[in-house]
Amino acid sequence: MRHTKRAVTAALLTSAALALTGCAAGDASSSGDAASCEPAGEDVTLEFTSWIPGIEDAVAAWNDENPDIQVEVQTGPNGNSGTYQNFFNQLEAGNAPDLGQIEYDALPNFRVQDGLENLAVCEDVVAAQDQFLDWTWGQVSLGTDDEAYGIPQDQGPMALFYRSDLFEQNGIDVPTTWDEYRTAAEAIREQGGYITNFSQTDINQFAGFVWQAGGEWFANDGDAWDVELTSDASVQVAEYWQDLIENDLVSTYPAWTDEWNNAYNSGEVWTWNSAVWGANSIASGAPDTAGNWSVALAPQWASGDAAAGNWGGSSIAVFKGTDHLYEAAKFALWLNTSDEALTILNEQAAIYPATKAGLELPTLTAGVEFYGGQAIYDVFAEASTQVDPDFVWGPTMTQVYADVSDGFKGAASGSSTLVEALEKGQASTIDALEAQSIPVAE
Amino acid sequence: MSTAIEPEATSASPAVNPRGIGRRGDAHPGATRGRGPRESLFSRTGAMIVMAVFTFYFLVPIWWLLVASTKDRGQLFSTNPLWFADFQLFENIGALFDYRNGVYLRWILNSLLYAGLGAVVATVLAAMCGYALAKYRFPGRETIFNVVLGGVLVPATALALPLFLLFSRVQLTDTFWAVFLPSVVSPFGVYLSRVFAEASVPDELLEASRLDGAGELRTFFTVSIRLMFPALVTVFLFQFVTIWNNFFLPLIMLRSEELFPVTYGLYAWNSTINQFPELRTYVLVGSLLSIIPLIITFLLLQRYWRTGLGSGSLK
Repeated sequence: MRHTKRAVTAALLTSAALALTGCAAGDASSSGDAASCEPAGEDVTLEFTSWIPGIEDAVAAWNDENPDIQVEVQTGPNGNSGTYQNFFNQLEAGNAPDLGQIEYDALPNFRVQDGLENLAVCEDVVAAQDQFLDWTWGQVSLGTDDEAYGIPQDQGPMALFYRSDLFEQNGIDVPTTWDEYRTAAEAIREQGGYITNFSQTDINQFAGFVWQAGGEWFANDGDAWDVELTSDASVQVAEYWQDLIENDLVSTYPAWTDEWNNAYNSGEVWTWNSAVWGANSIASGAPDTAGNWSVALAPQWASGDAAAGNWGGSSIAVFKGTDHLYEAAKFALWLNTSDEALTILNEQAAIYPATKAGLELPTLTAGVEFYGGQAIYDVFAEASTQVDPDFVWGPTMTQVYADVSDGFKGAASGSSTLVEALEKGQASTIDALEAQSIPVAE
Repeated sequence: MSTAIEPEATSASPAVNPRGIGRRGDAHPGATRGRGPRESLFSRTGAMIVMAVFTFYFLVPIWWLLVASTKDRGQLFSTNPLWFADFQLFENIGALFDYRNGVYLRWILNSLLYAGLGAVVATVLAAMCGYALAKYRFPGRETIFNVVLGGVLVPATALALPLFLLFSRVQLTDTFWAVFLPSVVSPFGVYLSRVFAEASVPDELLEASRLDGAGELRTFFTVSIRLMFPALVTVFLFQFVTIWNNFFLPLIMLRSEELFPVTYGLYAWNSTINQFPELRTYVLVGSLLSIIPLIITFLLLQRYWRTGLGSGSLK
């Protein structure tokens, strides 16, 4: 795919360049690539691509109130399943939509390919920064102080889903540290169960663990990328899980499969360290266990710590080449900060907002029946204040996930270890960056 | 699901069918009959076992799909995957048709339009082209034929991205034409039509109709196309299935949900079921329903399809 794309790019480079300059000539701004954030002064229509079902309802509400800024929703598969590649194709062809849904871990990729507008040139956007949790803003500012390449939409703070009934019946305390978690794992193994399932494929879950441990996988000083897949925290997390795998204290079903669902549904697996959106995954994958689950803050590395990881979350970005930066930014802000939009998104698609105020929506403070009436979102709201704001994603996360996942599968089958997988991932990531001429810090 | 099953099924049948025809042709003379019983015990049982295994292999996923479509979300994981629990198929179908104002039905219609209309146009074009290459002598004929033949070797997937860039230049992406136009081209159809026109349309007949004063177009549409009919059904079926299963082109070209074919729509849903588990049932039921048009087309046209392939392979 990449190769085809490259070849075609090369072949059509001249024509594309002509097309781009043709478009740019229409713009007022000729100084540098910083587009100005001025209202168009006329009716505009924006194109917006998202794969969130039900987002049309929120957009319809906007269109009713803003006859001069109409938004057309376009859709497609989940980002990594094709929509991101489409965005890149469309950027090359010069017909990208004005706005698009981009997950946090994919933003740097679009940024290094120069596909995104810096929204921080819009005053409204800068003024809205305080409404967002610091760390969600950090995900779109990409480690800079005065840039923003998207408006945070949702987040995935991680906590511990656990079978409160089983823990209680067997007199096992709910672990608050990772040490206690291992002790509990042994006790649960004696009962014939597993404390959790280690997913070989959800590398962003593992990244969430590293994030919680205070580690980072990437850093960018403005010039070059640091790759730190084998940083101390990362290795610490890997060794911890390696130990659980080697001692058969966790199951290793491939995640999101029928047997994985069944392991939870049958009560074989007792906990899941997952993000807020996991609440629905359990409810749908393990329906027989309704009422038996609870949520607690994630186990900590040292007793008394208060850190949480994050798994998932996305932003609404504005693509390079839009003629309506001001209007696009205005819509993106409304979509992700207004109570009206956030309520629709939460009801339609269980979107968990990235704003401080959004976490206090009425639907997010009520008890949830599947969790025995526990107000589980209060736990996640607390977790989301504990997420480290400095975690940065790299520009080739798809490749990182694929390579590390290959290694993790080996670790799950016993032919390799998690640390080795990270070491291999480290090397292949540096290769991948260099292959794309992205500077790597030595 | 259907996308995974269908290509194998279709690619398997052309390989199996001609041989089936050939063997049946040989079986008619009495000599083979006398020899038959001795080898039948061994080889026929063997053949039957192989066939049975493959039939089983191809049908189990469809059976699973059928069973899974009748369950509600909870039972999907908690009950035997290959046997029914509460029979909810019709409730599930109803829910699917209701979801998002019946967008699924829209996708089915789109697919029928892309595949049905596209295959008809592709067949007519391929027939005319193949016929011309077979029956007219003009400079560059072989070159054109060889270029078309080369086109058979280029996978459609490899062409999707260049096509996208081309269509972008003329601002036709995200339109009906973006999927329809590339679908009406069938190099394989041209090849088959040429082979078949050479075999089944006698030059004498053409001369006769010319003598009677029929123009070339009239001759083609009233005489030749009838003689070529079995081959054209084959071309039609091939192209219908190809367009129906062509998923990559819509993926790259389309952004508006109301233009999606059913394969792409289901893929888009399926890609988000981890995040939105309620879509799982819709994907399952939708996949089950989406293979029905293909099955109907095959059953209706099977007879012609076999004849067409048989004659093509004999030549």
